[in-house]
Amino acid sequence: MDEPDAEPPLVVRGRGRCGAGGGAGPGVRGRGRCGAGGAGPGVRGRGCGAGAGTPLTDTVPSQVVPGADSSSRQLCFAWGPAEVLVCETLFGRAGTENGAPSSSRVFVVRRDQDIYIQTLRKLFNESHGIFMGLQRSEEELAGKSRKAQLVQVSKNYRSVIRACMEDMHQAAVSTRDPALQGQYSTQVSILSAMELIWNLCEILFVEAATAGPLLLRLLDWVRLHVCDVDSMVRDVLGSESPSKHKLFWNVVDIFVLQGRMDEARHLLSKEATANPASMNMYKILDDLMKKMPVPSLSNTQTLTELELKWQHWHEECQRYLQDGTFASNPHMESICKILLGDEDAILEKKELMTTWYHFLVTRLLYSHPTVKPMELRFYAQSSMDLFLGGESSPEPLDLILMAAFEFEMHQVIKECSIVLSNWWFVAHLTDLLDHCKLLQSHNLYFGSNMREFLLLEYASGLFSHHSLWQLGVDYFDHCPEYGRVYLELHIERIPLSTEQKALKVLRICEQRQMHEQVRSICKIMAMKALRNNRLGSALSWSIRAKDAAFATLISDRFLKDYCERGCFSDLDLIDNLGPSMLLSDRLTFLGKYREFHRLYGEQRFAEAARLLLTLMTAHIAPCSFWMTLLTDALPLLEQKEVIFSAEQTYELMRCLEDLTAGNPDKQKFQDDDVETTKVEMLRLALARNLARVIVKEGTVEGS
Amino acid sequence: MEDVSAKFVSQKISRTRWRPLPAAALQPPDIFATGSWDNEDNRISIWSAGDLGNAGLNGEYHGEPRLLCDIQHNGDVMDMQFLDQERIVVASSTGTVTIFRHHQNNQTLSANHRWDKAHYHVDQDTSCGGAACTGVVCNNPEIVTVGEDGRINLFRADQKDAVRTIDNADSSTLHAVTFLRTTEILTVNSIGQLKIWDLRHQRNEPSQIFSLAGDRVPLHCVDRHPNQQHIVATGGQDGMLSIWDIRQGTMPVSLLNAHEAEMWEVHFHPSNPDHLFTCSEDGSLWHWDTSTNVSEKPSFLHQGGRSTAYLSHSTINQSVVSAWLSNDPTKDRMEITNLIPNQTLSVNSLDVLGPCLVYGTDAEAIYVNRQLFA
Repeated sequence: MDEPDAEPPLVVRGRGRCGAGGGAGPGVRGRGRCGAGGAGPGVRGRGCGAGAGTPLTDTVPSQVVPGADSSSRQLCFAWGPAEVLVCETLFGRAGTENGAPSSSRVFVVRRDQDIYIQTLRKLFNESHGIFMGLQRSEEELAGKSRKAQLVQVSKNYRSVIRACMEDMHQAAVSTRDPALQGQYSTQVSILSAMELIWNLCEILFVEAATAGPLLLRLLDWVRLHVCDVDSMVRDVLGSESPSKHKLFWNVVDIFVLQGRMDEARHLLSKEATANPASMNMYKILDDLMKKMPVPSLSNTQTLTELELKWQHWHEECQRYLQDGTFASNPHMESICKILLGDEDAILEKKELMTTWYHFLVTRLLYSHPTVKPMELRFYAQSSMDLFLGGESSPEPLDLILMAAFEFEMHQVIKECSIVLSNWWFVAHLTDLLDHCKLLQSHNLYFGSNMREFLLLEYASGLFSHHSLWQLGVDYFDHCPEYGRVYLELHIERIPLSTEQKALKVLRICEQRQMHEQVRSICKIMAMKALRNNRLGSALSWSIRAKDAAFATLISDRFLKDYCERGCFSDLDLIDNLGPSMLLSDRLTFLGKYREFHRLYGEQRFAEAARLLLTLMTAHIAPCSFWMTLLTDALPLLEQKEVIFSAEQTYELMRCLEDLTAGNPDKQKFQDDDVETTKVEMLRLALARNLARVIVKEGTVEGS
Repeated sequence: MEDVSAKFVSQKISRTRWRPLPAAALQPPDIFATGSWDNEDNRISIWSAGDLGNAGLNGEYHGEPRLLCDIQHNGDVMDMQFLDQERIVVASSTGTVTIFRHHQNNQTLSANHRWDKAHYHVDQDTSCGGAACTGVVCNNPEIVTVGEDGRINLFRADQKDAVRTIDNADSSTLHAVTFLRTTEILTVNSIGQLKIWDLRHQRNEPSQIFSLAGDRVPLHCVDRHPNQQHIVATGGQDGMLSIWDIRQGTMPVSLLNAHEAEMWEVHFHPSNPDHLFTCSEDGSLWHWDTSTNVSEKPSFLHQGGRSTAYLSHSTINQSVVSAWLSNDPTKDRMEITNLIPNQTLSVNSLDVLGPCLVYGTDAEAIYVNRQLFA
């Protein structure tokens, strides 16, 4: 079906992600380039993938195809549009032929397996709308409003992710099948990681928050995503007397760590009323928490002002801590230490923060509230080191977030491409960043720019899906360099199961002036119709494609049917050809010949006779058909009334003689009695008509 | 568009249909059915437009459609029609026509009756292949289907075999069918023809053929004016809306430039027929309103006192006739609104009933608009 040589070189160079099709869960992922280092497009060969053949470069992890016996056999593969077919060969590892028959199984290895998850189709479809909106909103807006627009787009993307996450969560809760449940939960965690990364990118890159607001945004980010502790908070607040709850102080700490001062104070006030003895202490702490200066989103205060206020407040906290105001209550003392930004005190609450980036934000809140974007990287690195403390190594998600804090956009995209099991995320994020004009400088050493490369990969994945191909079209449209070529190659591979689907595909091609594809689709449909003996439909399709050769072929079928049956089928079509009749000579003839029949049927003999003669003299009729036409003239010649004029009769005679003289051998060879009788009869009729017409014309002229 | 609720359903929707309301019902419609196409696993689904608790007195409504039940369907759903309150007739791309029954007490769907290969191609190798059934129309208990094989079938819901089959009724693909009267049907085909068939006649030929002049633009959908049966609307491949008066001529009375691509469905509002709705491959859904000029006249007539009601009624009727059939070049009497801004993928189907509109798209979403005339 595919001609791999036609693939644009990009596909092969692309990082093919080989998630195994079928049973493999989301756990199987990672980049895998199937095939030898230099394998070009169209190389169908042995020695691929799982360990066999040429060693893979060490930067590209290999991919195990589950079920394929790669330990003892070599595997062979063939490239498809978005997938690779893999099967076992007869050849053993050492290259010698291994007599045992191989299992007759073929594996389909897909690049983008998330495409096939039912619930995610919502994500693909809804985000497609947002993507299209973003492409349409060209940079008519400048400066601030443009940025607001982009931030809104980013938020829309995130809300789609969240909606999808909720659906997936719902599905996980409602299903009884534990395997399915596990699968759903994995998806939920992947989606939530995606949203976490996207949100951070939105703050740092899209919105590019400046010192001050930056911290507020990061706080929101942490509050939104660190939800492991939410149940604890609910427990405590829901209990009869929260202050007696054993987790009371944990919840207060959580509020403080997340900078949720009002909530923390509210809780503390309950404790205070229950504990009148230490009322004073509570008051002081409450006062400190109330007075804490925070950056504001509006521009009413300058950073210097804030820093001054901050300094002052900080000193006040320091004073209370040093004079031992809180010494009697270790909980309150630790809160005060946190307010002072004491790293050790904050680190003690590690369990309540759960992640290093929470620690980072808390640390920034209480020690560097006016942190500048460019300083983030230092705090981020040290926070991670402090938090993990050498006990565990950073996970992929940590590395991605770290790269974001370091403003290494390309690193973020690269890591995400490796870790996530879909192209959706990187394609859309990169596109958004590109619209923010953040990726211009970066050029790939292959293909077009990174945005286009990722969009192409994503859209190719969509096209490999049974139903999502329609979405892919619009993505290709917005890839200026290779989009068109990709679309041309993919659209031809869409199976055309019904005419309606064919019409939809055709519309896509026609809108983009893809004449070659239009022709091929029409031809496929015309062939199908022809095979089903639907000549009328077949003709319609070839007229639509303006395919003269095929129209001729079908017209011949019509004429053949006519010769065999003596009547036309599909009159409604042939009578209504209109201007499309001029598409091919044969079609013109068919239409005109049918017109002759109609005229004859309506007893308009003179017109019919004239038309019949023109068909031959103007060489519209194929020679093979002349005999039929002359036979059709017979009844006209035998009419009571004289129809053919003398001149016309001579013409007819000439036609007959041309026909018989032109191929005498053939005539003789056929040795057909019927044929000779026909010719004889014609000659007789012509002669008689001539005699009558001479008499008639002589009389008319004479009188 | 706040009064529109949407739901992404993870399947491309080819048909949406309201369940007909019982004769005496006063409530707006609530239940609708959808059919999907081009999925590996296609489904017929029954939805509730929203729980009644939410639709408060002020008519505000925020819930999204809720799935009641669904069932697997073999092949793409090409067309779908409610036979009565409980039964839906579904046309499949495999050529099969199935009646599904919706059991409302336990919310399940089951296949009630099936005509396998109602539409088929006679292959040259004498094997029978199914041909897509493209259109179905019901007038309980009669069901008429048309297909890519150019065949017209007449079934009865309670009979096993076809009551009548017209083989080779059309040399091209029949795209849609509708009842003109109880014994006459209208079909449209892919070479721009509108044909009337009288099922009482045994001759296998149409009683009348109408056609578009010249270009033979395929027609994809057809609907008949609910009160004035001689007014017929069709939609074509070029997105053009044609209005025909089947009492006269063989050409459309008016051609209205509309969508930029195939018009997939056209529907007169069943009880308010000076409103018409069309949807298209270009992702738009248009509301054609010819009542605008009418609304001015009754206000003038209101001065007349008691007889107003009667007078204005007759005026409305007259102006409706002239509105759809006028050759008047002043086309501005018609108010046209696109109900979907910024849509990109095809709107395959729509249905209107009472104040409610439901439509489904290739972007795998269904939309319900509960306040059409608000």
